Amino acid sequence: MKRTLTGLVSALCLASGAYAAEVSVAVAANFSAPMQKIATAFERDSGHQAVLSFGSTGKFYAQISHGAPFQILLAADQTTPERLEREGMTVSGKRFTYAIGKLALWSRQPDLVDAQGAVLRSGKFASIALADPRLAPYGAAAIETLGHLDLLKALQAKFVQGENIAQTYQFVATENAPLGFVALSQIYADGLISEGSAWIVPVEFYSPLLQDAVILKTGADNPAAVALADYLRGEKARSIMQSYGYGF
Amino acid sequence: MPLSHEALQAVWVTLQLASLTTLLLLIIATPLAWWLAHTRSAWRATVGALVALPLVLPPTVLGFYLLVALGPHGPLGQLTLALGLGTLSFTFTGLLLGSLIFSLPFAVQPLQHAFQALGTRPMEVAATLRASPLDAFFSVAVPMTRAGFITAAILTFAHTVGEFGMVLMIGGNIPGKTQVVSTQIYGYVEAMQYGQAHWLAGSMVLFSFAVLLGLGLLNRRNVRVMP
Repeated sequence: MKRTLTGLVSALCLASGAYAAEVSVAVAANFSAPMQKIATAFERDSGHQAVLSFGSTGKFYAQISHGAPFQILLAADQTTPERLEREGMTVSGKRFTYAIGKLALWSRQPDLVDAQGAVLRSGKFASIALADPRLAPYGAAAIETLGHLDLLKALQAKFVQGENIAQTYQFVATENAPLGFVALSQIYADGLISEGSAWIVPVEFYSPLLQDAVILKTGADNPAAVALADYLRGEKARSIMQSYGYGF
Repeated sequence: MPLSHEALQAVWVTLQLASLTTLLLLIIATPLAWWLAHTRSAWRATVGALVALPLVLPPTVLGFYLLVALGPHGPLGQLTLALGLGTLSFTFTGLLLGSLIFSLPFAVQPLQHAFQALGTRPMEVAATLRASPLDAFFSVAVPMTRAGFITAAILTFAHTVGEFGMVLMIGGNIPGKTQVVSTQIYGYVEAMQYGQAHWLAGSMVLFSFAVLLGLGLLNRRNVRVMP
């Protein structure tokens, strides 16, 4: 009896030791809102803990390649995870596209942006915010969109650039810029534009915003890292992403 | 040419910003520091604390509140709109305003200490020689506190060159207007163009070292000349 009990207790300890692991996740700025919800659901469903850090993908790259202890990177693009993979920083064969982002032209004013984005041609605004296209894929998509509309030259003088998409959102949210290109996920909740007016840019105007995830070498032996990577492809995570306007 | 056109443009904006901030702050800070050094007013401690306040908030936080304040619904934004200036966010003038606030303690405090160290005696002596207060200030107090002015100028200039978080928040990264060296270096780093980043950072460090060294030597010579 006593032996059985001891066995049971030690088995439980072992199990929980293997079970309640912690994973540190570097999350691209545009994905911060859905990821917080996903992490809560993940913790509830798996018992693991996900510790989230938000920032720009470029900064995460610099930090990871210099030994930052992140175990999963949820990037805003595909190139950065690919690059880390080439440099042998990741668990190979584990890279996957977790979400496809969408671009939106947004204003806090309820009637400034029309459903076709014709406001861009009117030019009736002092400035237009976008993320720095060198740094942020959403900025590059905005440039592609303007190129597609043949408005790049006409509007270039009105650009104000945020360092990342979160800052670009701030510029428009504080109305320092009357309108700007942001990530749909920042202004979308439960299938609706939450405030102001917006034009969801047709996806054929820009290259797909594929956002890739990788498990980094530091997370190779962490069960929570593997579990989270799987969870991100699961139905619960996807329905959360969908409510923020992401595709797959 | 290791430095690109946009990098050189950023250098030029930075130099303009730092020089103008230094010049304007010396003009603003001198009477303020004089008052703080000599007043017996009950407000002295309060004003002194207000002057030091920009040191407390992290630059990006200060920048965020400036962004809110300068926006069309913020108090400063409404003021500038009423004056027909438009909003100042994303303009060089906006950056200048931010820098003035941000670097204020670096100009006021060295001057205040210099004026306090000077005491009231030299001015009283000048007054007995029938110098007007203003005359006495410029021909007695200023030369005697020259080291304080040089320190204030060095600190303000250096601090403005190194300003980053605030510029990032209210600048909007517009080439030739609000893109400064620090944000440009950061952009290069983020874009993984480390080569460009190293060149620009290296030049900035060397240049700033030269300026600071030059001012320091100038300061020492002045101290030696003074009896």
